[in-house]
Amino acid sequence: MTTIRPTAAPGAGEQPLTDRPESPRQRFVRRFRRERPAVVAFVVVVLVALAALLAPLLATHDPDTQVLADRLQAPNGEHWFGTDDLGRDVYSRLLYAGRISLLAAVQATAIGIALGVPLGLAAGYLRGWVDVVLSRIADAVMSIPALLLALAIVGILEPDLTSAMIAIGVVYAPQFFRLTRASTLAVREETFIEAARSVGGTSRAIITGHVLPNALSPLVVQISLAMGFAILFEASISFLGLGVQPPDSSWGSMLGRSTRFFEQSPHLVLIPGLAILVTVLAFNVIGDGVRDSLGREIRRPTQ
Amino acid sequence: MIRMVARRLLALVPLVFLVTLLVWGLVLVIPGDQALAIAGDSATPEQVEAIREDLGLDDPVPVRYGRWLAAAVQGDLGTSLYTSYSVTDALADRLPVTLSLVFVSFALAVVVGTAIGMLAANQKGRLTDRLLTVTTSVGLAVPNFWLGLLLVTFFALKLEWFPSGGYVPFTEDPAGWLRSITLPAVTLATAVAAELARQMRASMSDVLERDFIRTHRAKGLRPATIVRRYALKNAAMPVITVAGLQIARLFGLATIVEIIFNLNGVGALAVDAVFDRDIPVIQGCVLLITVIVLLVNLVVDVSYGLVNPKVRAQ
Repeated sequence: MTTIRPTAAPGAGEQPLTDRPESPRQRFVRRFRRERPAVVAFVVVVLVALAALLAPLLATHDPDTQVLADRLQAPNGEHWFGTDDLGRDVYSRLLYAGRISLLAAVQATAIGIALGVPLGLAAGYLRGWVDVVLSRIADAVMSIPALLLALAIVGILEPDLTSAMIAIGVVYAPQFFRLTRASTLAVREETFIEAARSVGGTSRAIITGHVLPNALSPLVVQISLAMGFAILFEASISFLGLGVQPPDSSWGSMLGRSTRFFEQSPHLVLIPGLAILVTVLAFNVIGDGVRDSLGREIRRPTQ
Repeated sequence: MIRMVARRLLALVPLVFLVTLLVWGLVLVIPGDQALAIAGDSATPEQVEAIREDLGLDDPVPVRYGRWLAAAVQGDLGTSLYTSYSVTDALADRLPVTLSLVFVSFALAVVVGTAIGMLAANQKGRLTDRLLTVTTSVGLAVPNFWLGLLLVTFFALKLEWFPSGGYVPFTEDPAGWLRSITLPAVTLATAVAAELARQMRASMSDVLERDFIRTHRAKGLRPATIVRRYALKNAAMPVITVAGLQIARLFGLATIVEIIFNLNGVGALAVDAVFDRDIPVIQGCVLLITVIVLLVNLVVDVSYGLVNPKVRAQ
């Protein structure tokens, strides 16, 4: 994700004045900065991440301290987002829950990448039976509805956050696998791969040195979209009570335990829901923006 | 035509076989002693032994899989570990609820999604398009259980237009069925409608820029006629493919919608089974839904062939 930081290249935004052709990264940054919504979404994600990271500094109360006398308060000067059914400060809890929601999404996506990308590279580069077997397995996994598969895996392991993240990671793996395999297949026929092979490059060296960097662009798009969906998935599983377990909480589990109080204290349901909505939306918009800023062929035609 | 369907059906066999392998193989991943895990911490050693005996856990893995598969093919998916009801019977009880929910949602998503997509493509770049694009982006990002809660609070508790939960069978009371299924279906359809709208917008605006459309316009055909008679057929192709893929998503998301609206469908059964760690029930739910998804995708594929002469010719 750090590679798409728009601030990375100085002077981006205008055409470079030197007659050196701009590098792919400069071109990407220039295009991405023109994608207004994506830039805004990027700022939103940075802010959400900062809020989660700096939760101990930004929190006004201890997120777990129960003051039963102050339970179910509407938002006010003392408790900006009100209090929950145990009198805990919702604003502070939201910050800490954001840490878990984001971390869970990062870990789930990382598991998906760790499983999918190496296997995709292997299948695309080696082809033959490796490709056939792996592709069929990916087909089978993808034919099982994602949330159902994730729930089944949670049920087999044990209902907690780690299981939920493993489950979401397994659900994602085939997507990363297919994407990596497809780009590997495309890159593999390029003449520079043939050149690398003819000068004696080993499969391993060619894959890590030449194939992987060229297969990276579509992956970046997929990672951004996967982050958004991972937050939704984790929220769904934790909402049901099968993900994060008390005393920890994520946005999903905050929602799950407050549904009973919706009529009395709508803020308990509205606030975590909006947090999920805004964060997921931001990741999706970034994904779209990155896709539109990358490469020649996958760019949107004319607006 | 029939040969194509037959070929597709045959191609499904190895895929379904792999799915059964995966679904059954889940039990092998259970950490530690399976019988102990199933029996729970408070079980006596005799109970654990009984479960071990019951499940034939001492047999080699291929034998156990073969036994399970042979029974599953004959429609016997085993017995629930806790309530000792037959998994197949439980699924048969609950399947109509899930099917009603998913198919009403699918119809809703297709109609609303394509309509929004076509409208946006026609108004491309204008305010209507921008508003619709924002709406569909939000529709994709909104957690559906949250949306469901908002809809229940507003339309069921405040306005009392719809019941807040529960299912009325179609055969008992068609009007009541529709009322009971409306809010859940809207909740479930939102994300899929948004996805289809985005696809339709992209596909339709692409088609509208092609030369033959310009020719029709030059001939003086009305824009509405062009869209309906000529553009839609071409724009529909990629949308149908995406729509097929959304079936699986609907069945997945239906689990949580069933919980929120207190519908006793297969998804709610699966969630209960996950809480109880009732492995045979989990396996049965996943297997049944996956097979249904694959069959529905087959139907979508075939209908794709009906609409698209290029595919039909092969």
